[in-house]
Amino acid sequence: MKKLSLIIKREFIAKVRNKSFIIMTFLSPLLFVGMGGLIGFLASMNKDSVTKIAIHDEAGYLKGDFKSNKFTAYTDLSAMPFEAAKDTASKSYEGLLYIPKVDSIQQLKDKVEYISEDSPSIEFISDVETVVDSALTSDNLKHLGFDADKIEEAKANSTLKLSKFSGEESLKGLNEIKIAIGGMMGYLIMMFIIIYGNFVMRSVIEEKTNRIIEIIISSVKPFQLMMGKIIGNSLAGILQFLIWVVVGLILAFLAQNFLGLEMGSGSVNPAAMEMAKQSADFSKFQLYFNEIMNLPLGLMIVSFIVYFIGGYFLYSSLYAAIGAAVDSETDSQQFLFPIIMPLMLGVYIGFFTVINDPHGTVATVFSIIPFTSPIVMLMRIPFGVPAWQIILSMVLLFATFTLVVWFASKIYRVGILMYGKRPTWKELYKWLKY
Amino acid sequence: MNNILDVQNVVKQYGNYTALNNVSLQVPKGSIYGLLGPNGAGKTSLIRIINQITIPDSGTVLLDGEKLNLEHIQHIGYLPEERGLYKTMKVGEQCLYLAQLKGLSRAEAQKQLKYWFEKFEIEDWWNKKIQELSKGMAQKIQFVVTVLHQPKLLILDEPFSGFDPVNANLIKDEIIELNKKGTSVIFSTHRMESVEEMCDHIALINKSNKLLEGKLTDVKRQFRSNTFQVGILTHDIEGLMYQLTQKFTVGQTDFKSLDNDLKLEVQLGDRKSNELLEILTSFGQVTHFVEKIPSVNDIFIQTVSHK
Repeated sequence: MKKLSLIIKREFIAKVRNKSFIIMTFLSPLLFVGMGGLIGFLASMNKDSVTKIAIHDEAGYLKGDFKSNKFTAYTDLSAMPFEAAKDTASKSYEGLLYIPKVDSIQQLKDKVEYISEDSPSIEFISDVETVVDSALTSDNLKHLGFDADKIEEAKANSTLKLSKFSGEESLKGLNEIKIAIGGMMGYLIMMFIIIYGNFVMRSVIEEKTNRIIEIIISSVKPFQLMMGKIIGNSLAGILQFLIWVVVGLILAFLAQNFLGLEMGSGSVNPAAMEMAKQSADFSKFQLYFNEIMNLPLGLMIVSFIVYFIGGYFLYSSLYAAIGAAVDSETDSQQFLFPIIMPLMLGVYIGFFTVINDPHGTVATVFSIIPFTSPIVMLMRIPFGVPAWQIILSMVLLFATFTLVVWFASKIYRVGILMYGKRPTWKELYKWLKY
Repeated sequence: MNNILDVQNVVKQYGNYTALNNVSLQVPKGSIYGLLGPNGAGKTSLIRIINQITIPDSGTVLLDGEKLNLEHIQHIGYLPEERGLYKTMKVGEQCLYLAQLKGLSRAEAQKQLKYWFEKFEIEDWWNKKIQELSKGMAQKIQFVVTVLHQPKLLILDEPFSGFDPVNANLIKDEIIELNKKGTSVIFSTHRMESVEEMCDHIALINKSNKLLEGKLTDVKRQFRSNTFQVGILTHDIEGLMYQLTQKFTVGQTDFKSLDNDLKLEVQLGDRKSNELLEILTSFGQVTHFVEKIPSVNDIFIQTVSHK
């Protein structure tokens, strides 16, 4: 045990002192925020440019129907003769909307024309069509003897109320929130496994290429060394993760206080509170908030930790075995593929099947199979999963984990002392019997 | 117990390949024991078993009379042929770590390190990383790490490879000094001259089998051919040759000599050396009379190519 803790300590310190680790730890959140900011900035840049459109409405049928907004500014050039308007529009406007003089307004159906150099956005086209449509519709209604305003008044707008058998009111979009939370946890586990599994593998390969392995192995059991590596690296990973959380919180705090950005709930901002209270949105928000609080949060956190540990140990022992089997990282590719595949499968199955039917056969089966369960089950848990499924999946995960660690340590034990050629799958199988 | 290490009927198989076929060895306490054999003979397999890196399929290994167990790790110092250190770890930290893995307390490790670093005058390497050191310097550290925990048994696999002659000598002297203080040493090597110089016992392994074992002098006696190299100043070469060939097998040979003498190699067979000497003295002045002792190299080549 004392030796194991020595190894864990060394692996942890070696990892944490590594320059790239330090840089990644502090740069990643900045990069993340920077990327977010950049995307936001670019998106707003895109929207900022107002499209100037000239209108030439010869008979004034649609006069005043086109209203300028944030993105489009309409200018009425009907006073000019058409050719002059066209000329002006081609010079200083994006395009010219031409509404010809016709016998009856109904003929505008296919006569309204938009003249421009660049083809307009789909959004713009449908906007214009909506305006024309509604003008024609109200004209139709008038001819049929209906009062357009009355009809507008009579229009109903319904919303479907969702609730559970238990009587609680449920909300639309809640599934999306649930899958987002579960998905985030599952995705996090996958990323952690891939990144830190690779670190474990690299650390094993390093000892092999440094040729220090035989010295270490004459002092400790290979199994101790392998477990020490896995635990030491995971502790470094958890530290990194905690730093990210703390840095993230600080950045969020700073953004809120100094940039006046509304983050998350917005309940901290009194002005927003006031506004929210007045609007019906607030009660809706309150409902969402309650609903999130009603999720099995305790279960989610506990199972996140359990699946995190189980999944990480399961996979990183495989990574360690691969590291032991090969001489360099480039040789590891053929063995890595079968490891990454179930992880990817888990994420995709999670996103595509769980959101459609969290309790469907595919989602259920994959949330019980050990190699995908850490990801898929975490996505399912916010939707409520029967206890027996969780227990079965966890028991299977830890049984498999024990078995895989045992197999991996056998391959590891033989592999670390093998140099030279790249082993085949058949040879790995033979090593199990040594 | 007189043996520090007692290997009894050890068998080790890797799949269908037999690495050690019923090998037994006795390493006497306080000896420098040469474990010889060509590449792939099974030396490393045996050493790994002694170090408990692998376990034998059958057979037992006793260290100082006790069946090998995890406690013994701290009594063995092992310098593998394939050696190295963590390149990015600092020298001092690395030594402390490796010593602690061998079971030393941190304080004890520090004390021992101080002794060795002062002895080798390498105190200022403490905070350097291994990658900043030359290969020879790293080898010194490696040696320190091997002997730091004052093992009863030192197993050195090709210890001089990678050392320049000066450092090789330094290490050799250290090994001899440790041996004088009571450490038993197992030497695995191809370099016969160092065996000749340092070992008092040898064992020869070839193709997974032990071929011979024993005190170096006994082994040599076993391989003596009762051949003498003689030098003589005589005028009657023909007469001498006639007399000699009657009783012995005679051949020409060469050795360093200040005289312009006749140099012969005489195989005595069952006869005594005095018979030869009598004939020689009756023909002239004897300048050289030495029994030809087989070198370890001769024994090695003879044994390995024979069987």
